[in-house]
Amino acid sequence: MAEALDLSSFVEHGSAGAARMTLAVDGVSCAGCIRKIENGLTKLPGVIDARLNFTQHRLVVAWREAEIEAPAIIKALEGIGYRAYPFAPERVEADESRQAKLLLRCLAVAGFAAMNVMLLSISVWSGNVSDMTQETRDLFHWLSALIALPAAAYAGQPFLHSAWRALRARELNMDVPISVGVVLALGLSVYETATHAVHAYFDSAIMLLFFLLCGRYLDLAMRRKTRLFAGNLASLKAEFAHRLDAAGELTRVPVTALAPGNRILVRPGEVVPADGAVLSGNSEIDESLVTGETVPRAVGGGATVYAGSINCSGALTVMVTAAGTGTLVDEVERLLQKATEAKSRTVRLADRAARLYAPLVHATAALTLIGWLIAGNSFHDAIVTAIAVLIITCPCALALAIPAVQVVAAGQLFRSGVILNSGDAVERLAEVDTVVFDKTGTLTLPDPAVDASGIDPDLLERAARLALSSRHPLAAALARRARRRLPYPGAVEEPGQGVRALIDGVEARLGSAVFCGVGDGEAESMSRHTEASYIGFAHGGRTAMIPIRQSLRPDAVAVIQALKARGLNLMVLSGDRSEAVGPVAARLEIREWLAGLTPAEKIAVIDLLKAQGRRVLMVGDGLNDAPALAAAHASLSPISAAHLTQAQADALFLGEHLAPVLRAVVVSRQARSLMRQNLAITAIYNTLAVPIAVGGLVTPLIAAVAMSSSSILVTLNALRARFGMRRERNGESIVPAPMLVSANEPAGDSIAPLVRASVEPVT
Amino acid sequence: MNVLIYLVPMALLLGLTGLAGFLWSLKSGQYEDLDGAAVRILPDDDLTT
Repeated sequence: MAEALDLSSFVEHGSAGAARMTLAVDGVSCAGCIRKIENGLTKLPGVIDARLNFTQHRLVVAWREAEIEAPAIIKALEGIGYRAYPFAPERVEADESRQAKLLLRCLAVAGFAAMNVMLLSISVWSGNVSDMTQETRDLFHWLSALIALPAAAYAGQPFLHSAWRALRARELNMDVPISVGVVLALGLSVYETATHAVHAYFDSAIMLLFFLLCGRYLDLAMRRKTRLFAGNLASLKAEFAHRLDAAGELTRVPVTALAPGNRILVRPGEVVPADGAVLSGNSEIDESLVTGETVPRAVGGGATVYAGSINCSGALTVMVTAAGTGTLVDEVERLLQKATEAKSRTVRLADRAARLYAPLVHATAALTLIGWLIAGNSFHDAIVTAIAVLIITCPCALALAIPAVQVVAAGQLFRSGVILNSGDAVERLAEVDTVVFDKTGTLTLPDPAVDASGIDPDLLERAARLALSSRHPLAAALARRARRRLPYPGAVEEPGQGVRALIDGVEARLGSAVFCGVGDGEAESMSRHTEASYIGFAHGGRTAMIPIRQSLRPDAVAVIQALKARGLNLMVLSGDRSEAVGPVAARLEIREWLAGLTPAEKIAVIDLLKAQGRRVLMVGDGLNDAPALAAAHASLSPISAAHLTQAQADALFLGEHLAPVLRAVVVSRQARSLMRQNLAITAIYNTLAVPIAVGGLVTPLIAAVAMSSSSILVTLNALRARFGMRRERNGESIVPAPMLVSANEPAGDSIAPLVRASVEPVT
Repeated sequence: MNVLIYLVPMALLLGLTGLAGFLWSLKSGQYEDLDGAAVRILPDDDLTT
């Protein structure tokens, strides 16, 4: 069957027949890869340029359309040994990258201005205590103004915009007092300079902007990293479909190009690209990513299949009913929207502090003004003192108190394999007292693994290398074990049966028991492992049945114990059958578990827990978990999760261990206590500094010393999060287990009516 | 103190040159691939022996 690849939706057309495309490349690990890929492609006739971004694992190729076509480039990459997929950047990613560039430019400008203004200020301070003339001081102040005013106008953009937006929505956020403080400090300084005063505050304003921008940029950089990982992973999942046209010709098209009414062919081992109805063919469908159910479902003509499920055995012709979004996905989206709205009402700690703080500071300043006027001072003196109050309480430390901890905690989490998706995730993670796990892909490894016990390693290696040529999901699990990652030349895949190839001149077969001619004796051994799937291998006279199964994450038991030791309630909510969930829960000693849940029921359980006053951390990866993730107080997903699910989680974790879940909770709790300490430090600083300011005794030197010392104190305190983690690694617990015994009664009874499958409590 | 008349503009000019240099490097995409630059230097196949 001839098959064309249609990539037109990914190709950008330039002038004079030139075209460009961005590809996500898998398996780039070293300098050699860059050279191999770039040289290999530029050697092709018609390719103008190929440039690999090693940080992002993305390749930009430019070529002349008359000489070569996009599919040939991907084919060539495959020939060199790299899987590459066309990549369409998401809008969020483009927005964030623009924002990061703006922040970096603001940071550069603020940094330049801060350095130069400080140089001038220090000269003035030392001049004030020696023999500086008034003319020189005025010159230095005017120079400071010349540098600081345009720099603040440029570098202050992010804060001024955000404060303006908040004010227009009749709300207060941290940027409001920051903007007010900066604008007033600059305005007063200009006035003071014009009246030949001894003090000006240009340095305070510009240093504040510089420190704040550092924090903002680091925070954004961390979130961009997450999105990068997730974006690449999504395109590596190869979202392609085989579309059948009226004449029965096959075209490979990106999933985004599918429309309802299209007929598509789904081969064994492929992911169903869109929701649809089966027109012809019989097969088994693995819906574990969609519903969490691990046992394949048999489908035939007329059956409904969902996007994201995997076709296991036979080829299916499917009529697309909804592309991209479908009935199930629609349902999930609808639930998601509701859940997200509910969550956005929780107020972040920093904003809560700002709401309390801003009116207090502004009232103090107003009272100072009135007080000095009543005391009989001139209006000028009174307003100067009032503004000094605003400047010294200008929330330098307060504005740093929480972001500094967030940045350090995010870096700490990244090192433990947790990447944050949302800025305030740390705060919410710290508050959880109940952890709800999904089973498939979360407690168990996302991909089934080979159980190699009792199989000749040499035979297994040959089977694994042969599996490289197959697209079947079971074969993929086997292929991961191959030490030499080079497929056998001339391997042929027989659809629905297996792969065969000549190895050392003898035919080898990999696939179903019948296809491989595996004897009854071997097949009998299969009954040993009921929950495993089998793949047969035959080479020469030797045969083997290789079991492949879902296995628990290697450290699951230890992590669950550690979470319990920290006083957290644990629960498993799965869409899988109770026969599959029960044993897992029993092995992990989790007493509360529910099976066979739909997305709506998962939300209902979480809402019930919320109504009991619990703060729930949801850990899940399936499409069916996405609404529950959004509904929960905080959420975590493994990086292998479905695309939509990833987007909902507060944080993603990498690797095949469950330990990041524990780290996320531990680091967040520590971060929260540091945030509180920092808020306390700034409160103390303000109670000490405000009387001095109200008394009219503030000089820029006092202001500078007080501000920078409080900022440094707060930053150093935030850095303690790093040292804390090191102690934790040495096995010393830094987080005392909170006493939550009262919340320990099983929630099983009240939830029971929701459960479709009969659930026996495991003892 | 007359020395300030040319020292201060010079200092500012130097600072501005640094800033302009940074903004130029940002604009020309030198921060797009920080890890790549570190490994790209390693292959020495451009040497002719």
